Amino acid sequence: MENEVTIRIGGESGEGTISGGDILALASARWGYHVFTFRTFPAEILGGPCLFQVRISDRPVKSMGDYADVLICLNKEAYDRNIGDLRRGGVLVYDPGDFTPESDDFITYAVPFNELARKEVQLFQTKNMVMLGAIAGLFGPPLEALLQVVESRLSKSRKANPILMEKNRLALDVAYRYVREKIEKRDPYQLGPVEKADRVVLNGNQAVVAGALAAGCGFFAGYPITPASDIMEALAKELPQVGGAFLQAEDEMAALAAVLGASFGGVRAMTATSGPGFSLMTELIGLASMAELPAVIVDAQRAGPSTGMPTKMEQADLSFALYGGHGDTPRLIVAPANVADCYTLMGLAFNMADRYQMPVIFLTDQSLTARVESVDRSVFQPFTIEGRLEYGKAASNGANGANGASSNGKHEAAAALAASFARYAYTASGISPMTVPGPGAIPYSATGLEHDEHGHPDYEPEDHTAMMQKRFRKLETAAQELPQPEPYGDSNAEIGLIGWGSTEGAIQEAVDRARAKGYKVASLHLRILSPLPDRALRNFISSVKTVIVPECNYSGQLANLLGARYGLQPIRVNKFGGIPFTAGEILRAIEEVC
Amino acid sequence: MVQSTTPTLTLKDYKSEVKPTWCPGCGDFGVLNATLRSMAALKLPVDQTVVVSGIGCSSRFPHFIRTFGFHSVHGRALPVAQGLKMARPDLTVIAVGGDGDFFSIGVGHLVHAALRNIDITAIVMDNETYGLTKGQTSPTSPHGHKTKSSPYGLLASQFNPVATALSLNVSFVARGYSARPKELAALIEQATLHRGFSFVHVLSPCPTFYNTFDAWDAAVAPLPEEHDPSNRLKALGYALDSEKQYIGLFYREERPTMESVAREVVAPREFRIEEYIQRYA
Ligand SMILES: Cc1ncc(C[n+]2csc(CCOP(=O)(O)OP(=O)(O)O)c2C)c(N)n1
Ligand code: SF4
Ligand SMILES: [Mg+2]
Repeated sequence: MENEVTIRIGGESGEGTISGGDILALASARWGYHVFTFRTFPAEILGGPCLFQVRISDRPVKSMGDYADVLICLNKEAYDRNIGDLRRGGVLVYDPGDFTPESDDFITYAVPFNELARKEVQLFQTKNMVMLGAIAGLFGPPLEALLQVVESRLSKSRKANPILMEKNRLALDVAYRYVREKIEKRDPYQLGPVEKADRVVLNGNQAVVAGALAAGCGFFAGYPITPASDIMEALAKELPQVGGAFLQAEDEMAALAAVLGASFGGVRAMTATSGPGFSLMTELIGLASMAELPAVIVDAQRAGPSTGMPTKMEQADLSFALYGGHGDTPRLIVAPANVADCYTLMGLAFNMADRYQMPVIFLTDQSLTARVESVDRSVFQPFTIEGRLEYGKAASNGANGANGASSNGKHEAAAALAASFARYAYTASGISPMTVPGPGAIPYSATGLEHDEHGHPDYEPEDHTAMMQKRFRKLETAAQELPQPEPYGDSNAEIGLIGWGSTEGAIQEAVDRARAKGYKVASLHLRILSPLPDRALRNFISSVKTVIVPECNYSGQLANLLGARYGLQPIRVNKFGGIPFTAGEILRAIEEVC
Repeated sequence: MVQSTTPTLTLKDYKSEVKPTWCPGCGDFGVLNATLRSMAALKLPVDQTVVVSGIGCSSRFPHFIRTFGFHSVHGRALPVAQGLKMARPDLTVIAVGGDGDFFSIGVGHLVHAALRNIDITAIVMDNETYGLTKGQTSPTSPHGHKTKSSPYGLLASQFNPVATALSLNVSFVARGYSARPKELAALIEQATLHRGFSFVHVLSPCPTFYNTFDAWDAAVAPLPEEHDPSNRLKALGYALDSEKQYIGLFYREERPTMESVAREVVAPREFRIEEYIQRYA
C-alpha cells in the first residue's frame, strides 16, 4: 500500500468540483498529510470544464505530480479531457450513468454519483459530497476528517442551515457505504494513518496577504484583475482592522500613484496586479525609482500577451519586470517559489523597498496564487521590520498605521539639521537618508525630473551622471547585502539547472529522480532576480558542464538574461501552454542531455 | 488640516529657495502668490503639508514652496494626493496642475476623486493650452482655436471644468483668476479648510502661447452676492454662462470624507501573525 496518491477531479465548473477538491485537500492536510494542489479554472464564471488535482503524501510534496493516480470523472467530457493524464494502471472512477470507458489500461470503479445524489440523498447539489464520500471509502482520508471540514465550512457560510448539513452528511455516508459494499478494491492507493503535524493549509495569494500584514503594510491600492484580485479583497477586509487604509483605484495607474503617495507619507504600501495592469503601471514604476520611493508591486503573472489567458500561468513577465519602462531604471525583483516564500519573501520585499528606497516587483504567477500547500506553522514567524533610513533618526520601525509623526526635539538642533539636509545626498551605498512628513520633519520635494542632491530639478551633465550612478549604486549595495541562493543536489554535478519562480519544486523533484537514476545533477533557484546573486551564479555556472534553464515562457527570458550577463548559452526548456511543468518533463530534459 | 503651534506667518516663510522657472507674466505666478498667502493665513505647518503635482509648467509648483512636495507624472496628481491622504489623514494635502493634467490625461481621476470625497484640495491652473509642450490645444481650448496641433482650427468642443465638477457633485467648487490673487487666496483658504474634495478652477493665462488676459479681464465677474453656495442647480447655471467667467464659490456641501469613514468601520488592533495564521490551521 502506498501512502501517497495524486487524485484528479474533472468536472464542470459550478458542480462543486473545485470546492470538493479543496475540502479533500484540507481534510487530508488536517489529518496529517502533506498536500499540494493544482487547479484550472474555466474562463467563464459559470460552466465550462475545470479540474482539481491534489497530491497527498506522508512526505513533503514539491510538485503537482506527473500523472494522476486516480481520476474522478464527473461527466463524459471530463473523461475525454483528462484520461491522457491518468497513469497507466491508475484508477478511473466514473458514473456508469454518464458513459462506459473503453480502455482497459486502467482499474475502473463505477460509482453512480448522479443517482446517489438524486435518489438516495434527494438533493442533486450534494453530488460533490457523494464524490468525496466515495473517495473516502476507496482511498482515504477517513470520513470523519472530511465531515469536520464540511461542517466547519458550512457553519461559516451564508447558506448554513441544519437541513443542508444533514444532507451533506447523508451524501458522504451513502457514497462511502456504497463503495465499501459494492466495489472490490483492486488498486494500491490507500492513505493510512500518519502522525499529526503542526501545519497550516493555504494558497499563494493568502500567504502574500499574511506576509504583507506581518510586514506592517499600512496601505493597499489596486484594481481588480485575475489572478490578483483575492489579494486586494483580503486586504480590503484586513487593513482597516490593523489601522491601515485600502483604496480600490479607478485603474492601475491610479493604484500605483496612490501607493507612491502613501509611501511618500512614510507608510508601507503595496499594490497587486497581473499583466495588463502591470503594463499600465510602467510609468509610475519609473517615478518610484527616480524619486526613490519604496513600493511593493505584486505581479501575479498570467499567460500573455495582451489579455492572453487570465486563468492560466506563465512566467513571461520577467523581461518586462527587468527592463520595462523608459530610461535606465533600477528596480528590485523578488520571485517566490512556493507558498511559504509568498509569506517570507513579502517580509523581505518590504524591507528591501524601504532599505533601498526602490520599487520591488514581486513576481508570482497564476499557478502559485491558487496552489494550496500544507506549510509548517513555524514558517509564519513575525518579521524583523527594517524601516527606512530617516534623516536625523535611527532606522524607524514600520507599523501598519501612520508612522510618520516623528518629533524632533530641540529647535536649534532642528534648524542645524535642516540646513545640512540633502534628500538625495551622494553616499557610498547610494542610499540617502530621507524624511517623512510629520512634526519636526524637514520638507523636500520628490520629483520625477532629474534633480540635484536637494531634489531641485537639474539637467547638468555632471549631475545627471552622478545621480544615475548613485541610484544604480543602491543595486550594488543590495547585491552585497542580500542572501545568495544555495545549490540543491549533487555537489559534484555535471548538469546544472537554473530556475526561478514557481517551478522550483518540479525542478528539485526532477533532480532527485535523476540522481536516483545515477545522473550527477544539481539546481540553483533564483528568488531575487534584480540584483542577480552574482557570486552564487558564477560559482554554479562554472562548476557544471551543462546548464539547463527550464522556464514557463516562449522566449527563455531567464536564459536570455544569463546569456547577456554571463555569456552563457544554456539549454533552454520552455513550456508555454499555460500549465506548469511536471517533474517528469524536466527529468526528460535532463535525460536528453545525458 | 493641521494648525501649527509655532506660527509661520508671512508669505515669505512659505517660499522655497528655488526661483520659479515660468515666463515673465505667466499667470501661474499669481496662483503661487495666492497659495503662499493662503498658507500663511492658515499657518499651515510646512512639515505637515504636502503639495502634489503632475507635469506641466504649472506642475513645477511644489518646487517653489517650502512645504513637502511631490512632483509626480503627467495627470496623476489626484491619485497620488488621495493615496497620501488615505494613508496619512493627519496631513494637509494639496494637488495642483494644469488643464492638460486634470482634464485630459488625468480626467478619469477627477470623477473618482469626486465620488470618494477624500479631504484634499485641487488647484487647477487653466491656461486653455499646453504650456510646457509649447501651445498645443487642450480640452479647455475653445472650438476653432488654431494652434500647431490644430492648424485648421480645433474640431472638438470646449470642456467646462466648473460645470463638470458641479455635475460630479464635488463637495467644494470654486473659480478664481490669477490676476485677482487676493480673491483667489481667500478661495484657496476656504478650499483648504473645507473637509472633503475641493476643486478650485483657476483661470491662469499663458502669455507665451495663448494670451487670454484681455479676454478674461473682460469676461471675469464675481458671482452675484445673492448666490447661495448650497444651490447646485443655480451654480450650474452660472457655470454654463457662455459670456461670463464667474469667479467665487459656486458650491459647497459638508459630506463625510472617505479617509475618516474608512477608519471608523472597525476598531483597529495590533496585528499578530500567530493569531492571523490560525484561520488556516
Ligand atoms: C505621459 C506623458 N505624456 C506627455 C507628456 C508631455 N507633456 C508634458 S506637460 C504636457 C501638457 C501640459 O499642459 P498642462 O497640463 O495644461 O500644463 P501647463 O504646462 O499648461 O501648465 C504634456 C503633454 C508627458 N510629460 N507625459
Ligand atoms: S509657457 Fe505659458 S504656462 Fe508655461 S511658463 Fe510660459 S507663460 Fe507660463
Ligand atoms: Mg495648461
